[in-house]
Amino acid sequence: MPSITTPRETATSTAAPPARQRIYRHALVVRICHWVNVICLTALLMSGLQIFNAHPALYWGDRSTFDHPWLSMSAGQDDNGDLVGITSIAGHWFNTTGVLGLSKDSDGEPAERGFPSWATLPGPQWLAMGRRWHFFFAWLFVINAAVYVAYTVLAGHLRRDLLPTGRDLAHLGRSVWDHLRLRFPKGEEAKRYNVLQKLAYLVALFVLGPLIVLAGLTMSPRLDASFPILLDVFGGRQSARSIHFLCAAALLAFVIIHVIMVLISGVWNNLRSMITGRYDIDQGGDAHGR
Amino acid sequence: MAANRLDRRRFLAHAMAGVTTLLLGACDKLSESRWFPRILDSAEAVNKHVQRAITGQQALAREFTEADISPDFKSNGTQEPDDPAYQKLMKGGFKNWRLEVGGLVERPGKFSLAELRVLPSRTQITRHDCVEGWSCIGKWKGAKLSALLDKVGVRPEARYVVFFCADAMDMSGDKYYESIDLATAYHPQTILAYEMNDKTLPVPYGAPLRLRNERQLGYKMPKYIMRIELVQSFADIAGGNGGYWEDQGYEWYAGI
Repeated sequence: MPSITTPRETATSTAAPPARQRIYRHALVVRICHWVNVICLTALLMSGLQIFNAHPALYWGDRSTFDHPWLSMSAGQDDNGDLVGITSIAGHWFNTTGVLGLSKDSDGEPAERGFPSWATLPGPQWLAMGRRWHFFFAWLFVINAAVYVAYTVLAGHLRRDLLPTGRDLAHLGRSVWDHLRLRFPKGEEAKRYNVLQKLAYLVALFVLGPLIVLAGLTMSPRLDASFPILLDVFGGRQSARSIHFLCAAALLAFVIIHVIMVLISGVWNNLRSMITGRYDIDQGGDAHGR
Repeated sequence: MAANRLDRRRFLAHAMAGVTTLLLGACDKLSESRWFPRILDSAEAVNKHVQRAITGQQALAREFTEADISPDFKSNGTQEPDDPAYQKLMKGGFKNWRLEVGGLVERPGKFSLAELRVLPSRTQITRHDCVEGWSCIGKWKGAKLSALLDKVGVRPEARYVVFFCADAMDMSGDKYYESIDLATAYHPQTILAYEMNDKTLPVPYGAPLRLRNERQLGYKMPKYIMRIELVQSFADIAGGNGGYWEDQGYEWYAGI
């Protein structure tokens, strides 16, 4: 959850304008929330995969149609009698030996498991412990997100930096083209989020975030009894489990793209800005990828 | 310069992989420690208190129609207890089976299936949610636990209902047991089921009697019930956590 506060120029200009200008980009609250979120998302994703592994199949509707999952991972034998990992998605079968369905367990022996041990928390099959990690970090994630959202609204960060302007939206196509060519804004433009960045953050924050939490809560039989509307919204508990999984996949995609953008737009500069708040802006005229 | 950059990349990649391995190992070590899971457990206490605060004690779980019933209801855990006493009862069609009710009650007693069948009953088509993540829908008929408890008279100091079952869960011979609080015990949908999908409860699903407790996970609905005991605390029973799976690290409050 990066953020830009009002740029406060820290580089003093004397005779010649400096080639680089250091601005104060991320407020302390935002930096803390960002790193807490990194820890939460990592723990939630990996413990979530541990929980998924307890029954590595997904369905639509209220109940599990065991013969017709839309996604499943299992181990079987091929024609030679060798063990293979099989993933099926919407009726299509893929050999995913070594990664999904069949992979080396923590003790190095091949085992039937959905996701491999390096992707789950804890590594070995241990549902009870995975649930403990998941619920603990789920609360931390929600509290952290609440602090962040309260800050973004109260400090004006949401309106000033995150909501796209009409001009932003008008330049949407241009921004997509610039991103495809890995051209990043410089100078004054680099002080703001570009429109794709804004939309990505808004979708993660106000669509995927609430959706994954609500879909998770819909898996609670106790909450379903008191708030049956959850079941209607998500189309049943098994649909909610599928949507929870898909939201996790979408958030993972968001994180991967986010990290790639950080890597190619100057990793140290970005990391520094998320630790100390200070960000270097190139004062060059034309925007060129680095 | 280019080679230098490649070296740096390779170094970074190796460093990242190393750090990741260390972190994962550290997380597994934390899971095996005594203190860290206790910190994680605080979340379960929050789950319990928040859920209880925002959900009504009497809210009913959704009930479904005949058309929604699972044709392939999964039978989890024990399929058929191999306990000799149970086997004998099963072969006799459970005619000699008696449900023992004791502990902190005014009038301890033993109840045959016929006696349980004349108690006020309830029929419900509900969703069964396993802690593993799957759900099945089934139709259950059984005696209301509240009716049985009223019959034996719960003493004021009683806080939990503990169910002792016939199925041994591992080589040690430890048998399944579970516990619920009184609020859950008196919930209208909490029944001692003797019928499933309009038939006498089959053995894989817990014959002759199992608990249906529709707002908690499947492991809170013990099968093969032999004895019910009202207690003030379950700290002295088996592992002291209130149930077989609870003793293996699962949550006692299994509302999510």
